[in-house]
Amino acid sequence: MSDILNQLHTAVVAGETDPARELAEQALRASIAPLTAIDEALNPAMEIVGGKYETGEYFIPDLVMAAEAMKAAMQVFEPALMARQEERQVLGTVVIGTVEGDIHEIGKSLVATMLSAAGFQVHDLGVDVPASRFVEQVRETGANVVGLSALLTTTMLGQEAVVEALQEAGLRDQVKVVIGGAPAGPEWAETIGADGYAENANEAVGVVKQLLGI
Amino acid sequence: MRPKVEFLSRETIERILSEAYDLLDDPGVRVHSERALRLLADHGADVDLAAQVAHIPADLAQRAVETAPSSFHLYDGAGQPVVHYGGDDIQFDPGSAAIEILDHGATQSREPVTADCVRFLQLADGLDALDAVATSIVCADVPQEMADWYRLYLVLLYTGKPVVTGAFAVETWSVMKDLLVAVTGSEEALAAQPRAVFDVCPSPPLLWSEITCENLMDCAQYRVPAELVSMPLTGATGPATLLGAVVQHAAECLSGVTIHQLVNPGAPIVWGGSPAAFDMRAGTTPMGAIETMMIDCSYAEVGKHLGLPTHAYLGMSDAKIVDAQCGFESGIGAILAALAGINMISGPGMLDFESCFSLEKLVIDAEIVGMAKRIATGMVERETPLGLEIIRQVGHAGNFLATSHTRHWFREELFIPSPVVDRDFRRGWEAKGSLTTTERAHRRVAEIVAAYEPLNLPDEVVSELEAIAQRVAQSAGLDHLPER
Ligand code: B12
Repeated sequence: MSDILNQLHTAVVAGETDPARELAEQALRASIAPLTAIDEALNPAMEIVGGKYETGEYFIPDLVMAAEAMKAAMQVFEPALMARQEERQVLGTVVIGTVEGDIHEIGKSLVATMLSAAGFQVHDLGVDVPASRFVEQVRETGANVVGLSALLTTTMLGQEAVVEALQEAGLRDQVKVVIGGAPAGPEWAETIGADGYAENANEAVGVVKQLLGI
Repeated sequence: MRPKVEFLSRETIERILSEAYDLLDDPGVRVHSERALRLLADHGADVDLAAQVAHIPADLAQRAVETAPSSFHLYDGAGQPVVHYGGDDIQFDPGSAAIEILDHGATQSREPVTADCVRFLQLADGLDALDAVATSIVCADVPQEMADWYRLYLVLLYTGKPVVTGAFAVETWSVMKDLLVAVTGSEEALAAQPRAVFDVCPSPPLLWSEITCENLMDCAQYRVPAELVSMPLTGATGPATLLGAVVQHAAECLSGVTIHQLVNPGAPIVWGGSPAAFDMRAGTTPMGAIETMMIDCSYAEVGKHLGLPTHAYLGMSDAKIVDAQCGFESGIGAILAALAGINMISGPGMLDFESCFSLEKLVIDAEIVGMAKRIATGMVERETPLGLEIIRQVGHAGNFLATSHTRHWFREELFIPSPVVDRDFRRGWEAKGSLTTTERAHRRVAEIVAAYEPLNLPDEVVSELEAIAQRVAQSAGLDHLPER
C-alpha cells in the first residue's frame, strides 16, 4: 500500500478529520483510484476502529471521531467517483429519524453514526419527523432500510404510523424497518410489523446486516 | 451547624453565571414556540423569528431571577403546606415516569399496568420518609396518548401527598391541570395552594422544544409551580468538562426562568435538573455516576446563589436489579443531595437509567432517606454543657441505659430504621430466616400496602375526576377505564 494510503489509514484510526481530508486530496493528486483508497485505507481503518472498541481500548468518542474522519475523506472521494462514473460499494441505504412528537436525538444519532461507519449510506432526518417525511425520503433515496427511534411510550405509536404509511405508499416491501429506543422491544417490533429491533447502536448494525442477509 | 457539601467557590459560581449570561446572548437560545419568541422580543430580546433563536440580554434574565420567588410551598390533600421549596430544606419523592417495573425476585422487568401503579401509590402513601409522591409509573394498559395524565388521575385518587409530575405533550397539560382543579376546587385555589409541581425539560444544548416551552408557559399562566429539568449529558449534549456542563445547565435554566417570569412575574419556578455523566462505553446516561452527582450538587449551589428553590434527580441507580450497586449508588446520591441542601430530591425506587421502578427498592431507599435526613440535621447542641453534667452525674461505674437522660435523648438523636435494615445478632438474623435486604424489603412492601387506608375523598371530587378521565379517555379511543 502506498505511503499516502498508509497515512490515511492511520489518520482515520486516530480520528483526525483535517489530516484525513488532506490525505484524501493527496491520494487523488497522486492518481490513486478513489475505490482503491476506500478499499485499502478507509474500510480497513474502520474495521480496526470497531475492533478497538470491542476490546475496550476505544470509547464512543474515539469511534465517532474516526467516523467523522472517514466522512471527511469520503467527501473528497465522492465527486471523484462520480466523475469516473464509479460507485462506492455501500452495504445499503438507510433513512433514519426520531418519530413525530419525540425530540430525543442522541440515541438515533449514535445509531446513524455506527451504521455509516459500518459502510451504509445514511440519511438522518433528525427528530420529530412525521410519517410522510419518512415515506418521501424512502421514495427519493431508494432506501432499503428505515430506522425509527422513539423514546416515549406516547410516541412509540409513531413507529407504527410509519410502518402503516410505508404500506399505504406501496413501499413496505422495498424496505426493512428497524426500531429502537427505551420503550421499544422485540415484541413491539412484532406487534407493529417492523422487521427488527436493536437495543443499542452496536446491535443495530448487526441486526440491519442480518436483515439484509449481509 | 448544618453539615454541607460545597463544590464551588463564590468566585467559580460567579464565573459560571457570567458565562451563562453570555451564552444567552451569543449564540442565544433556540425557542420552538412563537408565543415565547414574541414575548421575548417584546421585552428586549433580539429575536430571529425565522431561525427561532432568541438572543436574551443579561439584564432581562437578571430581572426574571429577581421576580421569581425564593420559596413556596406544596400543599397536601388536607390543605397543609407540607413541602417547602426554599432555603436548605430537603424533601424526597420517588423517581418519575418508569416505563418498566421489576417484580420481586425477577431479573427481567415488565410493563407496568394500573394495578402496579395503585400498589405503588398505596406504598408511597405509607412511607413517611417520602414527603411527596410522583407520577412514577406509566401504565401500559391504557392507550399511550393518555399515559401521562392517567398517572396523575390515579395519584389523586389514592394519596393526599403533594405530587411531582409532568406532561408528555402540549395538550395533556391542561387535562392534568383540570384534574388538579378537581381536587383543589378552583384554578385560584390551585394557584394559592399548589398540590403539584410540573417538570419541564429544556433540550440540551440550549433549546426549548415546542412541547416543553408550552408546558412551561402554561405553568406560569396558572401559577402551577414549574421545575426546570435541564440535563446536559457530558460529552454528548454538553461539554465533557463537569464545570462546562454546569455552565450549560445555568444558561438553559436562566432562559427558562426568563420565559416563565415574562408570562407571569412571581409565579413559582424551581432550579432543577437531571444531567448525567454520559457513559463513553455503553452510550448510556448513568444517574448513579459520581460525576452526575457532582454536577447536580454544583448546579444546586448556583441556584441557591441566585436565591431560587432547587431540585435534582438523585438517589437512583442504574443497576438492573435490587443489588449492591443499587444500594451504593442510591445511598451516595441521596446523602450528597441532602448535604447539598437540595429542596426536592427525586429518585427513590428508580433503577436502570430512570426507566424501571421497584417497590422493594422504594422501601430500601426510604431507609436511605431516613439516614440522609438525619445527617443533614447534623450534630446538634442538645444541651449545655454538652456532656459534662451527665457524664459527671453517672460517674465512673455508671450505666447510661438506666438514666432518663438516655431515654429522653436517644429518640431525638437516632434515626431508627425499619426491619429492612438488619441490626440483629447473627443468630437472631438466622432465626428470622437469614433474609437478604431485598427479601426483608419485599415483606415490608406487603405490610405497608396491607395497612393502606383509602383517602376518603368527597364523592363529588371522585365523580369529577372520573368524569374528566372518562371524557378524555374516550377521545383516546378507550371506552372504559381499567378496573382499579
Ligand atoms: C436525555 C433525555 C432527554 C433529553 C433528550 C436530549 C436530546 N437532545 O436527545 C430531553 C431533555 C430533550 C428529554 C425530554 C423529555 N423526556 Co426524556 N429522557 C432522556 C433520557 C434521560 C436519556 C435518553 C438518552 O439520550 N439516552 C442515551 C442514548 C444514547 O440512548 P437511547 O436514546 O436509549 O438510544 C440507544 C438505544 O435505545 C438504541 N436506539 C435508539 N434509537 C434507535 C433507533 C433504531 C432504528 C435502532 C435500531 C436503535 C435505536 O440505540 C441507541 C444507541 O445505543 C431518558 C431516560 C432513558 N432511560 O432513556 C429520558 C426519558 C426517555 N424521557 C422521558 C420524558 C418523560 C421526557 C419528557 C416528556 C419530559 C418532559 N415532561 O418534558 C420530554 C419529552 C419531550 C418530547 N416530546 O420528546 C421519559 C419517558 C417516559 C415515558 N413514559 O415515555 C424517560 C424514560 C425518563 C423518565 N423515566 O422520566 N429527555
